[in-house]
Formats: sequence, structure tokens, C-alpha cells
Amino acid sequence: MAGAVASPAGAAKRWRFREPSALGGFWPSFGFVAVYMSLIVLIPLAALVLRPWEIGIDGVWRAVSSERTVAALRLSFGAAAVAAAVNAVFGTIVAWALVRYEFPGKRVVDAFVDLPFALPTAVAGIALASIYAPNGILGAAFGAHDIRIAYTPIGVMIALVFIGFPFVVRAVQPVLADLEREVEEAAATLGASRWRTIAQVIWPSIAPAMLTGFSLAFARAVGEYGSVIFIAGNLPMVSEIAPLLIIIRLEEFDYAGAAAIGLAMLVISFALLFALNALHAFMIRRGGA
Amino acid sequence: MPLEIDHLRKTFGKFPALNSVSLRAEDSEFIALLGPSGSGKTTLLRCIAGLELPDSGSIRFQGENLLAQKVRDRRIGLVFQHYALFRHMTAAQNVAFGLKAKRGKEKPSAAVIKARVEELLALVQLEGLGGRYPSQLSGGQRQRVALARALAIEPRILLLDEPFGALDAKVRRELRRWLRQIHERTGLTTIFVTHDQEEALELADRVALLKDGALEQVGTPEELYHQPATPFVFEFLGDVVKLPCEIVDGAALIGGARVTLLGGSRRTAGAGVAHVRPDAFDVARGESEGLKATLGDVVSAGASARLDCRLDNGDALEIRVPHDLAQTLKPGERVSLRPREARVW
Amino acid sequence: MTARSPAAPTRDPAWLKWTLITVALAYVVVVLALPLLAVFVEALRKGEAAFFASFNEPAALSAIQLTLLVTAISVPLNTVFGLTAAWAITKFEFVGKSFLTTLIDLPLSVSPVIAGLVYVLLYSVHGWFGPFFAERGIEIIFAVPGIVLATTLVTFPYVARELIPLMQQQGTDEEAAAATLGAGPWRTFFLVTLPNVKWALTFGVLLCTARAMGEFGAVSVVSGHIRGQTSTMPLHVEILYNEYNFVAAFAIASLLALFALVTLAVRAVLESRFEAELAAADRT
Repeated sequence: MAGAVASPAGAAKRWRFREPSALGGFWPSFGFVAVYMSLIVLIPLAALVLRPWEIGIDGVWRAVSSERTVAALRLSFGAAAVAAAVNAVFGTIVAWALVRYEFPGKRVVDAFVDLPFALPTAVAGIALASIYAPNGILGAAFGAHDIRIAYTPIGVMIALVFIGFPFVVRAVQPVLADLEREVEEAAATLGASRWRTIAQVIWPSIAPAMLTGFSLAFARAVGEYGSVIFIAGNLPMVSEIAPLLIIIRLEEFDYAGAAAIGLAMLVISFALLFALNALHAFMIRRGGA
Repeated sequence: MPLEIDHLRKTFGKFPALNSVSLRAEDSEFIALLGPSGSGKTTLLRCIAGLELPDSGSIRFQGENLLAQKVRDRRIGLVFQHYALFRHMTAAQNVAFGLKAKRGKEKPSAAVIKARVEELLALVQLEGLGGRYPSQLSGGQRQRVALARALAIEPRILLLDEPFGALDAKVRRELRRWLRQIHERTGLTTIFVTHDQEEALELADRVALLKDGALEQVGTPEELYHQPATPFVFEFLGDVVKLPCEIVDGAALIGGARVTLLGGSRRTAGAGVAHVRPDAFDVARGESEGLKATLGDVVSAGASARLDCRLDNGDALEIRVPHDLAQTLKPGERVSLRPREARVW
Repeated sequence: MTARSPAAPTRDPAWLKWTLITVALAYVVVVLALPLLAVFVEALRKGEAAFFASFNEPAALSAIQLTLLVTAISVPLNTVFGLTAAWAITKFEFVGKSFLTTLIDLPLSVSPVIAGLVYVLLYSVHGWFGPFFAERGIEIIFAVPGIVLATTLVTFPYVARELIPLMQQQGTDEEAAAATLGAGPWRTFFLVTLPNVKWALTFGVLLCTARAMGEFGAVSVVSGHIRGQTSTMPLHVEILYNEYNFVAAFAIASLLALFALVTLAVRAVLESRFEAELAAADRT
């Protein structure tokens, strides 16, 4: 029938993959995205998920439960959590100072916060190693008090603090900026003390953002390699991180073993990130936002 | 050559945005799509422009099936609610965009485009402002750039989505008059969406009133106002007082008074609800035919005044009377209210 | 001296303000500035001559060349991907859109070492497709293609991430307007969509470039560290460092650090421009 389109009037609407649109070019772009993503991301990650099982479930279990692997995983996740927590506290202070106060050099500091995004990790790694080595300026200072940083888990943590630095600042900053002065002023006019305002008005607003920043910094730090290996000293069972252990397994041509450790890292991080996301959703709901 | 819309349906998920809408626009007609928000008026406009694809039904123009044509080929000018000006282009570049987008032999030369842009900017009274960016123009000026841009492609139909929605009252009135002039000069079939009944009644040749995705009534402003087809139309076009009544011999008995039933009323007998405009009451002091009430506040509002009345059955009633009459009334007085006319559906 | 006015209720007392600023600045200096400074100090420790001599090495030059080559392949690929993905995701409604958006961010939470590992699992001699390519004499792992692939995976999301939120905010009205004015998809994309995101795109490309040049973990796994052949700049830094050739290591590192600083500076400049443009956009 001339003029009629698609289904006859009143017929149930057909399920469709995409809503019709006046703009062209959906299928070519979607097709390119799907193919490119499959080649670069999805098929490679599928290999990571599937290949460990070549050595059987027992083999995978042995690979991930060996003392050395467990120690490496514990160090990677533990140091990442501590570093992200340190950044959650200090990153919030930096964000607060940048949003709420005026001081000389503020713009430079603001731009500088992103340095770890832009600086190659290997560069950061050798720089940190030179500072915290026993003869480096900070290494010597701590050494005088018998505190060793390089070649210990503390060194690992310091490297992870560096690379996780921007995440909390950048997550908290916009929330603080958006937090209307009026809301705080309203709290003050309602007779709330400054501390009460901070505890009951400001804190609930920025806590979810801090958690977001923590999660991002943590996720990034767990898998970090370049900035850590120079300062860590890489002693098995002490300061050897999980990504390094993967490389060691690869150099031994134990591909399945390497893949097993990689898979274990991914599974644990996704489980933790999922939990953090759930916590975040819970905080947002409670915040009434 | 008319624009014919036939049994158009469109659903978003489970929500029926258009439910079998049929509408015909004659050549050079100026039509208002009126309705509350969510009534489907913008969806209908976007279907005509080609930005939404209806689930079923047809749209034909000059005998062509519009639905078979891509947006870019329809040559239908659309002025967006928020103008959708290209923010990185000057006003003149915005207007020139559609001319430059023409293909092959249709594409005019640079000199022709320049002249045409000047001409259009003059038409919308923006001479000399062609070099400004949208962010450097006021709301009313942006609106006019958007209109000039839509007119540049010499559209076969002009569509406007809430053309005055984002403007303040004074600019709105000015632009309204001016849009009517442009319509008269171009003779384009024009359809505009609005939720403001005053705007629709004042501007349009015909008004199509939508509710929940379906047409309630289509007609001239006079028809809609004086012969509303449904209570919804009547209520949408003005304030309404609803009173229980008895219909006898083609008239409504309200508080013992016989009240003329107006066109659009279909009931001839039995109990019903009389719909009366608040300014269609005769007010008499003391007890006479009509609804007995005690006067509450008398609130003067310019040329007319609002009377808050309490009926003897306890119901509250707000009516409007001329200012002069209101001055003679005092709060607490007993009055009789007699509707001059009523509608019953 | 005027009498002290009562403190504004939402203003922090001066002592608190300056304490917090001091803490913040001290943290920034110790965590960020000190390492950056160390790079340049160590690079110049033995004087300018030694610094410049470090670049005049065949291995260093080949590392610089390889890094530029890899960057020149990965970044355009990811730029095209970022633009196409952002176009599909922000201008159309389709099933699984939010899932796709999540997938794009996936490489951000994957360790670079794992990003390298997955390609070894696919393309090494013992990999799924390795034998297929080996038979045809195509080397992927321990060769340039592997380095390109690993770099591409690690820098995959950067352009798309910059574009998607901005294009989402801009909506589809301007593109729809272009369509009603007779413009086709290409014209709409190049004349309407692209100019509206040019700064975000510039910054995304810049960030992607910085990451691509500096990628270490993933490249380290697939490169095989063949000096003068498959060593990128960061890998060359590692080799020199492990050979205790600190001046040369830091000299190459300083070049990378310089590029990072340029990236940050451009971002700062773009953002101040951006703010004005976004504010203008909000008003339209």
C-alpha cells in the first residue's frame, strides 16, 4: 500500500536493535567499533580467560595458590589499597585547597595534579628509585632513622601513591565546586556549627566522590608495573608484585601459569571494584542524590 | 497542495506518543498544534520533519509519500525549540549552511549564497549582525537566526517547535506579530507547536488540540472557543466552573434557573454537569432565581474582579464580574448567581 | 584598626586555611614535584655535554624512532575509533549502549602487563594465531606489530573518553538541524559535530600520544628488549638504568618528562578556553 510504513496500524511493535534516527552512519560506525574492539580488546581478553585451563583446574589452582603468587597478589592488592587510602585523605585536602582557597601558584598546582597521567611510568620509576635509594635525598634522610624504603613494600606503596595521585583530586574537585555555598549557608543560618555543617552537609556530599577516586586509584595501582619495579627491588615473597611475577612466568615460557595469575588478578579486582561500586550506589542513595 | 497526515501512530517503549492522528493542512495554512506537555505535539512535528519515524500511518505532501524520503531530502524547515544553532558558526554561516549543503547543479554560487543570506537576514531584521556568533545574540535574535536558517532552503513546509517558549513576555508578543507577517509574506504552509492557548488562538488559522497523543478537536480558533467538542477542549481554553444540573426541554436547570445550552452540548435530557465560564454569571443581590450563595472575598484584578462565593450547599465557587459591579458588592452579602449559558456533555 | 567583623559562617579561619594549603602543597611537592625534579637533576649530573651525548647513540636514536613509529600508528587508530565510538554512542539509541560504554573503559582497569600478556597468548609461537603468522613469516611478538598492538590496547579509551561526555551533553539537536537543512552524514559530522568537539578531541589525542610514547609494562612484555631493534624509549631507559648508565637513562627520561609537561600545559590552556566555550554553549 502506498504511503504506509512498516507494520500495519495497531500491530505490536517489533523489537529492534536501535531506534530509528534521522542521522545517518550508525551501521558503519557501529560495525567499525565492534570489529576494532573485538580485535584489540575482546579477543585478546578472551585468550586470558580461556588459556589458563590448558593446565587443568589443578594446574591453575597450583599456579595461583603457590606461596610466591599469594605473596605477590597480597602485596599488589594490599599496597594498592593503602596507597589509594593515603590519596583519598590527602587528595581530598588538595582538592579542598584548590576549590575553596586562593593562593599563589594555584593554577600551576591544578595543572600539575595530572602529572602522573602524562609522565611515563618508567620515568617515574627511576626517579622515585633515585630519591628513595639509600643514597637518594629522601632515602638518606629516612635511612638516618633506620627506615628503609627502597626495596621494601613501603617503596612499592610510595610508587603507587604517585601514580594514584590524580584520581581522588579529580573526583572530589567538581563535587566540591558544585556544592552550593548556599546549602552551607543555609545550614549555618539554621544554627549549625561549622563542624556540624562539615560533618552533616559537606561530608555526605563528597564521600561518594572520594570513594570513586579511591576505586579508580586502586584499580590503576593494582596492575601498575613501570613505576614500581625500580624502587621495589623485586625480592620474591617480600617486594615482588603480581605483574612482575607474570613476566617472570612468561620468561620461563609458562604461558598458562602467567595467564592464570593474570586472570586471578582480573577476577579479584573486578570483584573488589564491583563491591566498591555497590557501596558507592548505597552511599548515593542514602545521600538522597 | 495539501499536507495529509493519516492515522499516524508512534510509541516510545510502552508510551503511546501518537495514537492514530489524522490531520490535513491546506496550502498556505497556519496551523497550531496545541496541547499540554506530553500530548504528542512535538512528536507529531518531528514526524513531519522526519526526525522521528512513526510506527504506522502515512504522511503525504503534494501527492508524495514523505515517509519514504530522508530528512535531508524533504525540504521541510524546522525551527527547534532551543534553536539548535551551530554554535561555532556565525549567524550568516548558520543561514548559509543549508544553501552550501545543496548538491550538484542545485548548489548556488558563492555570490548567490552571500546575497541570499543578506536578504534573509534582512527579512528577519538582523542586518549587520551576520558576523555575530550565537552566544553573542539575545534569545529573540537567535530565534530569528534559526528562522532565517530554516527559510534559506526554501522549505515546502515550515515547522516551529514552541517558537516563543524560551522568550520573555514582551519579546514574545513582538515576535508573534512578526511571525504572522512573515507567514503572510512567504505564504508557506506553517505548523507550530505551543502549549499556550492564547498564542494558538491569536496566531493560527486553525488549531489542532492534542491530548494523550490523540486529536481532541481541530478547527478555527472561533470553533474551538465557541463550539468545544469535549470538556477537555473547553477546560484547556479557559477557566471553568462545574455545576450539577438537570436538563429539561433543551435547557439546563441550575438552582431553579433555566440556562441556555450552547452548541457542542449533546445531551437533551437527564442529570448532567454544566460547564460554565467564570465570567458568564449574572449576579443579583438578595434572593432571586439562581444559585444562592454568601459572598466571601471580593478581589479586584484590573478590569474585572474575582468573587469568592460560598454556595448554600457548602461548595466554594469563584466567578469573575466586571469591576464596576464588584464595587457595589460587599463581603458577607447574600447573592444569587445565574449562569447566562452552559455546556453539558 | 577596625573592629574584627564576625567571621562569615562558611569561611574557614585563617589558621585552618593556611594549614590546609600548606599540607596540600607539601604533598604535591613531595609526591609529584620531587620525582620530576630528580629526573632533570640526574640527567644533568655530569654536565650538559654528557646529557646531549646520551642522545647521540645509535640505540637511543633507534629507540626514539621506534617510539615515534608506534605512536604514529596507535594514536590515529585510536582517534578514529574514539570518534566513531563517540558518534555511535552519543547520537543514537541502541540496545546495549551502556554496556559498550563500560567496555571501552575496560582497558583502564587492566594491568599493562596483562595487556601485553594477552597478545603473547594470541600471537606468540605458542599462541592461538602465532603459528598461522609464523608460517607466513610474519613476526608479531618480539617485533614491531606486537608493540603497536599492546600500545593500542593500553591507550584504547583515551580519545573516546574525552569525547563521549561532551558529545552526550551537546545532544543531537544540531545534527538534526543539519539534516533538516539537507546535509548528509559526512557533512554533518565534519561541519557540525567535529568543530563542536575540537578542543576535547585535541586533548584526547594529546593524552593518548603521551600514554602511547610512555607505555612501558605492556610493551615490555611483547618487545623482547632487543636493543636497537625493539626497544622503545621507556624500554631503553630501563636498559640504560639497569646498566648503571644513569645519566643516559635520565637524559632519555627527561625528554619524555618534557613531553609530559607540554601535555599538561596544553591541557591547562585548552581548559581555560574550553570553559569559555562550554559556558557559551550553555547559553545557546
